[in-house]
Amino acid sequence: MTTTVAKTGPAPDYDYNIVRQFTVMSVVWGVFGMAMGVLIAAQLAWPQLNDFFQPFSHFGRLRPLHTNAVIFAFGGSVLFATSYYVVQRTCQTRLWGGWLVPFTFWGWQLVIVLAAITLPMGLTSAKEYAELEWPIDILIALIWVAYAMVFFGTIAKRRTSHIYVANWFFGAYIITIACLHIVNNLAVPAAAWKSYSYFAGTADAMIQWWYGHNAVGFFLTAAFLGIMYYFVPKQAGRPVYSYQLSIVHFWALISIYVWAGGHHLHYSALPDWTQSLAMIMSVILLAPSWGGMINGIMTLSGAWHKLRTDPTLRFLVVSLSFYGMSTFEGPMMSIKTVNALSHNTDWTVGHVHSGALGWVAMISIGALYHLVPILWHRKEMYSVKLINAHFWLATVGTVLYIAAMWVNGITQGLMWRAFNADGTLTYSFVESVVASYPGYYVRFIGGALFVLGMLLMAYNVFRTITDKENAEQQDNTVPLAQTA
Amino acid sequence: MTTFWSLWVIVLTLANLALVCWVLFANRKVAVDDQQEPGNQTTGHVYDGIEEYDNPLPRWWFLMFVGSLVFSAIYLVIYPGMGNFKGVSGWTSVGELKSDQQKAMEKFDETFGKYVEMPVEEIAQSRDALKMGARIFANNCAVCHGADGGGNYGFPNLTDNDWLYGGSPEQILETLYKGRQGLMPPQGPIIGEEGVRTTAEYVLSLNGLEHNAEMAAEGKKVFGQVCMACHGMDAKGNQALGAPNLTDNIWLYGSSREQIQHTIRGGRSNQMPAQDDKLRDDKIRLVAAYVYSLSRQEEVEQ
Repeated sequence: MTTTVAKTGPAPDYDYNIVRQFTVMSVVWGVFGMAMGVLIAAQLAWPQLNDFFQPFSHFGRLRPLHTNAVIFAFGGSVLFATSYYVVQRTCQTRLWGGWLVPFTFWGWQLVIVLAAITLPMGLTSAKEYAELEWPIDILIALIWVAYAMVFFGTIAKRRTSHIYVANWFFGAYIITIACLHIVNNLAVPAAAWKSYSYFAGTADAMIQWWYGHNAVGFFLTAAFLGIMYYFVPKQAGRPVYSYQLSIVHFWALISIYVWAGGHHLHYSALPDWTQSLAMIMSVILLAPSWGGMINGIMTLSGAWHKLRTDPTLRFLVVSLSFYGMSTFEGPMMSIKTVNALSHNTDWTVGHVHSGALGWVAMISIGALYHLVPILWHRKEMYSVKLINAHFWLATVGTVLYIAAMWVNGITQGLMWRAFNADGTLTYSFVESVVASYPGYYVRFIGGALFVLGMLLMAYNVFRTITDKENAEQQDNTVPLAQTA
Repeated sequence: MTTFWSLWVIVLTLANLALVCWVLFANRKVAVDDQQEPGNQTTGHVYDGIEEYDNPLPRWWFLMFVGSLVFSAIYLVIYPGMGNFKGVSGWTSVGELKSDQQKAMEKFDETFGKYVEMPVEEIAQSRDALKMGARIFANNCAVCHGADGGGNYGFPNLTDNDWLYGGSPEQILETLYKGRQGLMPPQGPIIGEEGVRTTAEYVLSLNGLEHNAEMAAEGKKVFGQVCMACHGMDAKGNQALGAPNLTDNIWLYGSSREQIQHTIRGGRSNQMPAQDDKLRDDKIRLVAAYVYSLSRQEEVEQ
């Protein structure tokens, strides 16, 4: 087996140091965050595991640590690494920003360390995916502004006439996350580590899910589409399928996504009109979401044979399949009558993970396998066979995870809504928990396989960086931007 | 919602959907018509070696997009969504709930209706009625009293024929309808720590549990001055007040020396929530019959 090492072009003096730093931390936080996920999955299957170091080891404290670690530590580091890499290379210029650039790295790592300390201590603002307390939120806001300045500063001094589509997505994600983060975390501090939300009641819930859903929509979707638009055509060595499609699905995706958060609050105190709007906007989202999948997968036409030999490309393409699947599932689950069954069940957890493992993690892994040899000037990864093993562990792990949660979710939904002829509930809640146990075991196995793959990756990356024999990749040349 | 905010919602919604339609239709055709010409197949941009084809939108995808927009337009006409516009169907989530409840009520009149007038003792004779009562109990009561009605710490056992407020059908019904507010006032400030300890020994002695006889004798005096007001001179309790019998070795808050001292020192407060606004009359009677039957398990089994 071989892996295609991308042609890299004669380099202006790119800042690869920052990309290397974030790349290494992506792998580290990936292993940490996913291992935390396996731990809390095990706690659901074997509840006594909550007790090994109470109260710090309790599920309620570790679950936000898992979500923050995988989304912001792993996902965030991947996005910093890839966006800094892609914006430099597609603009043919070095990063702008001076000290702002290392500030984003060290600041972001500090945020992660603070999260890993405060969340197990039970310090939380109790907003899902925005649990960190106000001092950390302010630090994040500062880092994000610096990030925006570096990114758009680099775009501004680009040497290409147009802005590449990957950068549209990165740009949209940086701007929108800034708005979401600042508005959702508006709070009145009551003490150093305690604050109260500026919003109250249903309005607070709506703001929270406007944030929560777009953390998914922009952080985990738009930004990773940015990764897709660079690494898929690059790894496949093929032109992007359709520029028209890029334009249409970009504008539709980013303008519609911000409406959809209300579908997390179906059948709640949220006014009917808000629920309806959130639902139809979610349904409309199907086509724009699939636009990205089509553009990625069709880019491979004429290069399908490469999938046989290049496991890195497999990661990228399979991630697009999971992306297509979960963006079909999402609009479906936002339809009120479907939501009546799926809401609050493990189906939601499965849906999130088909996106998080299948799409976000797999495309990240593919991008990292592409990046590492280039960043450290190696011919290729230390072991292509290990990439292949990682690919199968990740795929099987993801499929086990989602299938278990589908079965659990539908079982729970049906049990909760089952009535006797006399109008009483057929099952008590605890009976649905008992029925969920097989799924919890399978989910644990799926997650464990996924983490095992990440450990192979960590080893593979470590050997690639440290092995001297592999070193001496020449910069194979592609003519400098032929811009019209 | 004021007219201003309603218009705000409508204008923003329509503007966004119009933008999406415009982007979709404006980019439907490829920029360069002649796709056969090799030089025309890409846009001409190259970024770090990446080119872009000028392919048209896939037809099925375009149609799917249009389909979802049409669906949404129809949905927004039928259902609420555009600000204050209620939708032509007049549907509301509250209305749907009310109509579902109405249907359920009509259905329950057939199944439960006959129990509204029936005496609890008679309901308790019917196997079917008891089965329904058991399911209502499982849905509403088991969360505190346990699936078997056996109770838990702080939640009375309903199967032992020992009653805080009485076990007659009328008393059970009253408990269910109105709820109960159990209150043992804290005695620590009144009888002092010494009084707490000696009274606890006396209460232990009443139940034949291991105790210090000397202290119990002291405690009996305290009991005679203070506790008897509710629990009675013989300590057998008073169902009119919900004061428990302290001589039957049945305990709501535990029988250890520490637990009894704690109860005397700090008092206890407990609530059985009223069900009259939660359950229909006939359902309450079915539950009452089930609870009534629980304490008479042996008779029922015969």
